[in-house]
Amino acid sequence: MSCFKSKYADELIANAAYIGSPGKGILAADESTGTIGKRFASINVENVELNRRALRELLFTTPGALQYISGIILFEETLYQKTASGKPFVDVMKEAKVLPGIKVDKGTVELAGTNGETTTIGLDGLGDRCKKYYEAGARFAKWRAVLKIGANEPSELAIHENAYGLARYAVICQENGLVPIVEPEILVDGSHDIEKCAYVTERVLAACYKALNDHHAILEGTLLKPNMVTPGSDSKSRAEPKVIAEHTVRALQRTVPAAVPAVVFLSGGQSEEQATVNLNAINQLKGKKPWSLTFSYGRALQQSTLKAWGGKEENVENAQKAFLARAKANSEATTGAYKGDAQLGEGASESLHVKDYKY
Amino acid sequence: MSAFTSKFADELIANAAYIGTPGKGILAADESTGTIGKRLASINVENVETNRRALRELLFTAPGALPCLSGVILFEETLYQKSSDGKLFVDILKEGGVLPGIKVDKGTVELAGTNGETTTQGLDGLGERCKKYYEAGARFAKWRAVLKIGENEPSEHSIHENAYGLARYAVICQENGLVPIVEPEILVDGSHDIHKCAAVTERVLAACYKALSDHHVLLEGTLLKPNMVTPGSDSAKVAPEVIAEHTVRALQRTVPAAVPAIVFLSGGQSEEEATKNLNAMNQLKTKKPWSLSFSFGRALQQSTLKTWAGKEENVKAAQEALYVRCKANSEATLGTYKGDAKLGDGAAESLHVKDYKY
Repeated sequence: MSCFKSKYADELIANAAYIGSPGKGILAADESTGTIGKRFASINVENVELNRRALRELLFTTPGALQYISGIILFEETLYQKTASGKPFVDVMKEAKVLPGIKVDKGTVELAGTNGETTTIGLDGLGDRCKKYYEAGARFAKWRAVLKIGANEPSELAIHENAYGLARYAVICQENGLVPIVEPEILVDGSHDIEKCAYVTERVLAACYKALNDHHAILEGTLLKPNMVTPGSDSKSRAEPKVIAEHTVRALQRTVPAAVPAVVFLSGGQSEEQATVNLNAINQLKGKKPWSLTFSYGRALQQSTLKAWGGKEENVENAQKAFLARAKANSEATTGAYKGDAQLGEGASESLHVKDYKY
Repeated sequence: MSAFTSKFADELIANAAYIGTPGKGILAADESTGTIGKRLASINVENVETNRRALRELLFTAPGALPCLSGVILFEETLYQKSSDGKLFVDILKEGGVLPGIKVDKGTVELAGTNGETTTQGLDGLGERCKKYYEAGARFAKWRAVLKIGENEPSEHSIHENAYGLARYAVICQENGLVPIVEPEILVDGSHDIHKCAAVTERVLAACYKALSDHHVLLEGTLLKPNMVTPGSDSAKVAPEVIAEHTVRALQRTVPAAVPAIVFLSGGQSEEEATKNLNAMNQLKTKKPWSLSFSFGRALQQSTLKTWAGKEENVKAAQEALYVRCKANSEATLGTYKGDAKLGDGAAESLHVKDYKY
């Protein structure tokens, strides 16, 4: 086999497969301190540890929600936080059969000589950090690589650097018992059409799987977190969910080996409802799909919840209802069973696109 | 999409899918004049055009054989030959629901600075030749790249050269209406174990699909012709189930679902081994988003050749031998082969020739 021998191989394979269980997906709650600050600012909440803890407790203790969630990605601070009554968040998750995940990258830096293209940093000491996170209860990790579409972008350099950074990160995770989510996000910014996005997505994913092969990653113990294939945010063309589904699944059929157990889409700038409806269309499509197709949503799972909460204790129950509604809707979308009837919370149809998104 | 837009796209996709039809596979009858000479020599038959024609007529008119086949790969000479009553072979095949294919590579040459590793030639003027072949009735092509396992082989250099040669050939074929069979054969020669073969196969296939992506090939209009994953020829044999497991896993790790069918080469396997291994793969319960079928040369023709021995009076029996192997392999594509094919003379005989060049 071209993969290396990890003492964690069986566990990695089992955990990766579990995350792709039908009816379940990932809640991306790994906003860094800076990024969660922006969210809080939008609802007039102070960015202090107490509030960050309160938001995550609100999400993780929503009655009935965790059954739709197979994993939650956390920021480092959250991995060590507890509920108000003193229970570690990781224990709350474990009891509900939710795998804790951890964001391990340290953001992006610009690549010299390019037109604002970036690479992701965080490899130094990554092995030791993964060990620590595993001991704290984490079982999967996430690393976000970012590419953009432009006249001359993504360049071969940006594709290569990001693909090989992802592959190196992936193998270090596997050496330390964490299933790596491989996330090569191609930003939706731009006026390009869906064909261009498909072309770039296929090129980027092909490079990623070549890099993963070169680095001897165990594909059965990885997950992929790609963008869906859509027109650019400034494009004059709109695409129906079915068209997005066709282009997305075709891109994956052309690049993602069947050994990968699950593909967990990022929501990018899509509204909560769009992200659900598109995932639903993807799962309704007839065609070869040898991997589960599910969600790893941040904004698209939390937007209405945040608005309903507004930082106030008295709003927690309503905020939790909003979260439950989105979690259930996306769970249905993983089996193509969503009927578009989720009680739309305030902001559920609101685009969450932020130009040149950094978080 | 990263694929270029070929005016033949729909046809390529339909033909590639057709070749992978359950119950069917490919007869590789594309032995060059030199290579068929060796086969004919082994049965004391003179290597002249009439004998080469007679052999292929025997194969293509064997009762019951064509329904088990979706394609036949031909050497250039054969593409233009006719049966004894004046019918073009390509027409016989077409009427039998079989797509004619054509070998387009021009053999291998050594890569300087390597330990006997090779690259395949044939790209010069390939586009024009493909056009000509399409006009003559060909609908798919084949190009054989060869790699070997050794102390330091295959080298990164030879993997890259062979993968990118295959990708360039593939796109030129698609520009001209021919479905390219991508064949990166890793020779079975050596004393390595099955794990080594698996590691090398996965590395080579990953390189091939990266090259195909770089060259904008339309994967839905291609076929893959890989070796099965087995121990080396000088190493102990393993059960068909073990070969099946390692082979399918290697494919799951490298071959995109967009590829409609995988048509295995038989390498040095005996007729019966090749069938049993293919059967085991199709019985395996696991993700297999492509058809798994055959593209056998020696493993379909060995008993037939021996039975024929160049004599007119043996044609009927020889055709019967071919039918037996075709039917057995057809069942193997469905995982229903019971190992009960009447073993023809030589069916269990290994067909391994060290460092095989053809």
